[in-house]
Amino acid sequence: MSETTEVAATAQTGAVVSGASASLWSDAWRELCRRVTFWVAVVILFFMGLLAALPSLFTNLGPNGHCDVRQAKQRPASWNPFAAGEHPFGTDSHGCDYWAQMVHGTRAPIVVGFLVTGIALTLAIVLGSLSGYYGRLLDAFLSRVTDIFFGLPLLLGAVVILTAFPSHGMFTESFVLGLLWWPTMTRLMRGQVLSVRDADYVQAARMLGARDLRIMVRHILPNAIAPVFVYAMLNVGVVIGYEATLDYLGVGLQYPTVSWGLQLSQAQEIFTDYPYLLVYPGVFLTATVLSFLLLGDAVRDALDPRLR
Amino acid sequence: MAEEILQVQGLTKHFPLTQGVLFQRQVGQVKAVDGVSFELRKGETLGLVGESGCGKSTLAKLLMGMERPTSGTVRFEGRDVFGLSRGELRRLRRRMQMVMQDPYTSLNPRMTVGDIVGEPFAVHGDPEGGRRTRVRELLEIVGLDPEHVNRYPHQFSGGQRQRIGIARALALRPDVIICDEPVSALDVSVQAQVMNLLADLQREFGLSYVFIAHDLAVVRHISDRVAVMYLGKIVEVGDEEQIYDHPTHPYTQALLSAVPVPDPARKGAEIVLEGDVPSPANPPSGCRFRTRCWKAEDICATDEPALEPRPGATAGDDAGSPHLSACHFATEKIVRG
Repeated sequence: MSETTEVAATAQTGAVVSGASASLWSDAWRELCRRVTFWVAVVILFFMGLLAALPSLFTNLGPNGHCDVRQAKQRPASWNPFAAGEHPFGTDSHGCDYWAQMVHGTRAPIVVGFLVTGIALTLAIVLGSLSGYYGRLLDAFLSRVTDIFFGLPLLLGAVVILTAFPSHGMFTESFVLGLLWWPTMTRLMRGQVLSVRDADYVQAARMLGARDLRIMVRHILPNAIAPVFVYAMLNVGVVIGYEATLDYLGVGLQYPTVSWGLQLSQAQEIFTDYPYLLVYPGVFLTATVLSFLLLGDAVRDALDPRLR
Repeated sequence: MAEEILQVQGLTKHFPLTQGVLFQRQVGQVKAVDGVSFELRKGETLGLVGESGCGKSTLAKLLMGMERPTSGTVRFEGRDVFGLSRGELRRLRRRMQMVMQDPYTSLNPRMTVGDIVGEPFAVHGDPEGGRRTRVRELLEIVGLDPEHVNRYPHQFSGGQRQRIGIARALALRPDVIICDEPVSALDVSVQAQVMNLLADLQREFGLSYVFIAHDLAVVRHISDRVAVMYLGKIVEVGDEEQIYDHPTHPYTQALLSAVPVPDPARKGAEIVLEGDVPSPANPPSGCRFRTRCWKAEDICATDEPALEPRPGATAGDDAGSPHLSACHFATEKIVRG
């Protein structure tokens, strides 16, 4: 604590001119740090990220490892997983350790969530910027294409395409979802660019003789992107929900892959008798999706106090 | 007499008014700037005054080559700005810069002051001695602390921000700076500081200014010559003395009488104009001012008065700066004793 005040003091006396002066982003960061929901979301997501990145830290079983049908559907000995012995979450209908499956099931949804958002965000930034900045014919064309994609029901579109290519992995699934996902973000981006395009400082840059690329990258993007970025962050959670839905419906990821959605799918006929098979993936899924939503909300509020 | 650096000839900008979504048809046009001519001499300040909506800012954009005119020319040192190729126009930007009206919107909030003032160099190439040194120099010239290069615009006051805008305009050592109401967004006390800074810079660097404002008092402080605009046209031009002490156009007289006088014993304005400025989409026939003019007669509705020397103007008519007025009944009237 005293260290930070010292740094600030040095900056104020001006002995060393550093980057210590507050920017909008550092203001936003300070605002974020004050929020409890932000920290709750960060802790949950950090835990989920750790599960996804380093599953071996949490279990020494591989995905679908040491499954023994004779031990299928063992209920956890206790609802407290730390006191539940060999299988803290019990075993699933194939006799796999449910905790190990939960751990290994984390990676797919999170990777898909980020990949889809990444693909959609990239498309949105490029198409939205072009459309908003150049306007006229290009804008009219891109906007009509966006309209057409808007007309496609997202879940149905994904189901149809994924059913047509049954042997797909995580990356194909992300690609398909990403291609269906960009219209909303593109519209948002386009609107943002439109609102920034005629700003005085953009005019000023133009009067200096700056070229289009410079105006876009230095002036328009940094001022237009914050809401799109926040939307993307909220979006990761939504994508994870969709991914789980597709898995549950049986058109998403397929057996040797492990994911929360697949676990729900396996449990769908027996969960009335073995509710823990529904509860654990459900809790993990909900916690993750909710955390992304909370995080996005917190970031949005911090970046734009007017929205509060 | 100093040579003319900027010549504006019959400059006109009409914006089409369209209706309909899919098949847009033109239903009229807004004559924002309608046949404006003037010239700017080296090292002088030309004040451009008019109330809001009279086309001042459109004129500024035209001068900067940011809008294409409907007709007319702007010549910079004899070369037509609108006939230049893109590359030539870019080079012209080094010679002609603009200070914008609102210091709160004209600086990119996500860039540091150093980046903002240094941007001209990023566009046109680094100066001798390096960008950083020159940026610090520029900040010093406009009276800011060079140590603040890493700060962001929102950490500065309005006056300081306008100084940043001025530093940016100065960076490439231009010859002409168009000031589009550079002080109208500032507090009165800060206005004077910024005006003085602009005057100092003019003396130091031999700049020519086109100084746009809606406030006659502000313009008087800095201008050598003044042009008064009404509804897209210049109605009177003259040197400072001619306009302020011997105005001949009724509109100029009305404007001058509206300047507040710091004397509680004096009554309000002597001339109070009735009504609003007519719409530039449908300007009155003949003289555009006739709808609000107390001198208006039939001829005003039929014949548009040209901007020319008028016999009614008696004083200060040296050959260097003719006193032009666009009124059929131009007579001198001393508005304030």
